[in-house]
Amino acid sequence: MANPENLKYTKEHEWILIEDDIATVGITKYAADALGEIVYVDLPKVGSVAAHMKICGEIESTKSVGELYAPMDGEITEVNGALDQAPDQVNQDPFGDGWLIKIRYTSLPDLLSSTEYDALVGE
Amino acid sequence: MLNTLLKPEHDKLGASFTEFGGWEMPVRYGSDIDEHHSVRNSCGLFDISHMAEIRVTGQAEEFLDYALISKLSEIENGRAKYTMICDDQGGIIDDLIVYRLDNDEFMIVANAGNQHQVVEALNSRLANFPDTKVVDESGLWSLIAMQGPKTKEILGSLVEIDLTVLKYYSIASAVLDGKDVFLARTGYTGEDGFEIFVEGDPSDVWQLLLSQDGVSPCGLACRDTLRLEAGMPLYGHELNRNLTPFAANLGKVIRFDKPNFVGKDALEEQKLPNQKLFGLQGDGRRAARADYEIFLPGETASIGMVTSGVLSPTLQVPIALALLNADAGLEIGSEVEADVRGTRVFYKVVELPFYKRGR
Repeated sequence: MANPENLKYTKEHEWILIEDDIATVGITKYAADALGEIVYVDLPKVGSVAAHMKICGEIESTKSVGELYAPMDGEITEVNGALDQAPDQVNQDPFGDGWLIKIRYTSLPDLLSSTEYDALVGE
Repeated sequence: MLNTLLKPEHDKLGASFTEFGGWEMPVRYGSDIDEHHSVRNSCGLFDISHMAEIRVTGQAEEFLDYALISKLSEIENGRAKYTMICDDQGGIIDDLIVYRLDNDEFMIVANAGNQHQVVEALNSRLANFPDTKVVDESGLWSLIAMQGPKTKEILGSLVEIDLTVLKYYSIASAVLDGKDVFLARTGYTGEDGFEIFVEGDPSDVWQLLLSQDGVSPCGLACRDTLRLEAGMPLYGHELNRNLTPFAANLGKVIRFDKPNFVGKDALEEQKLPNQKLFGLQGDGRRAARADYEIFLPGETASIGMVTSGVLSPTLQVPIALALLNADAGLEIGSEVEADVRGTRVFYKVVELPFYKRGR
C-alpha cells in the first residue's frame, strides 16, 4: 500500500491528517507491518495535553511494544475507542479505521511529505 | 546471515523475516495470531531448518550417557528423549531432543544458536570413546515441523506408514513425495504433530504439504507464543549457561543413577537453586515482557525477572515465565506484580503449562 499523498508523516512512522485545527494521527502501514499483529493499544485520555515528541501511548503486538509520540503540541480531543475491542484495525486499515488520536494542535512542527516518507522507508 | 533452502518459498509467500540464532527466518507470513490459531485448531507448517542435526555413531549409548544428563542407553530404537547437555559446573549448554535411530546410532537436534557449542562440547568428551564418531550434519538436513490436531490425518494420507501407531516421541523412516525422510512425532507447540527430516532440497516436500487443505505456513512469532502457552523453555530466555536444569524445574531430566556424566558432581550440590522458573498469569491485556521486574505486592525490592511474556492468543490473558527467588515464599495462587514500563500489573502464580491440549 502506498503512503497516501494527502497525509503528512513523521520519522517515528506516524501519519497526520490536518483538517482545520484538528490533526488525526495514526501509524503507517510500514510501522504496523513491522510491529506484527497488534493486540493492545494504550491511548491518552481525552482532554490531556499532547507535547511534541513526548510519549502519549503504546502499541503492543505479540512480539514488541511500540511507543506513540505526540507529533505536535496541543490537546487530545478524541481517541479511537474501537481499538479497545479491535486493536488489529491498526493492521487492517492503518490509514483509515486504525487511526489512533485527534489533537487540537497549537503549533505545527515540520512534517514529512508522502514523497519524503516514501524515501525514508525505501518505497 | 544464513538462509535455509526454503528461503525462495518464504519469499513467494510474502514472509517477513527476523534474525534468529544467526539465521534469517520467517517471523510471520500474514497475521501471527491467525497462524497461532491455525496450529491450535488445524495444522501449521514451520521451516525449522536452522536447527542443528548432529549424528553420533559407534559406542554411542555409552558416550551419550557420559556426555548428556539423561540415560540415553535406556531408550529403544525409534524412540526419542528430551534432554540437556551441561558443562562441568552444571550450567546448561543447550537443551536437545535425541532420537535413537539404531543400536549404535543417535541423531541429536540442537538449537541453531548453540550448534557450535554443542558440537565442540561433544567432541571434547570423546577422549574415552575411541570408536565413537560425532558428525555435524546440520548442512545436510532440512527440518519441517507440521503441528496441530489435523496433522496426523493430513500427513498420514501422504505416506505409506501408519502414523497412528507412531507414538509420541518416536521416529520412523518414510517415503514422502518420493523422498526418503524421517518422521518424528515431536514438536514445540503443545499440539500433536510431526517433525520431518528431509535430506537435500525440501522445496517439493514443502509445497506438497502446504497444498493440503487446512495447512497454513507459520513463522517464528507464533512458534514462540505456542511454546510459551505450552510452558516450554526457550534457550537464551528460560535456559542459559548460568542456570542448572533445577532452576528450570527440569531436575527430573538428570539421571544421578548413572555412574558418571559431565556436570554430575556440580549438579549434586545445586539441587536447591536460588532462583526458579514460575508460571505467571495476569488479567487485562498488558503483558509483561522479557526482563521486566517482578515484585511481591506493594514491595520495592525485585524478586526476579520475566524470561518470556506475551498476551496469550489462546487464553486471551497475559502469561509469563519468570525466574524468581526460591525463598520468596511463592506457591500456586500467590500474587505478584510486574513492572510494565512504570506501571505495576497484577499477576498470580499458576501451574504450568498454561495451555494443555484436549484429548
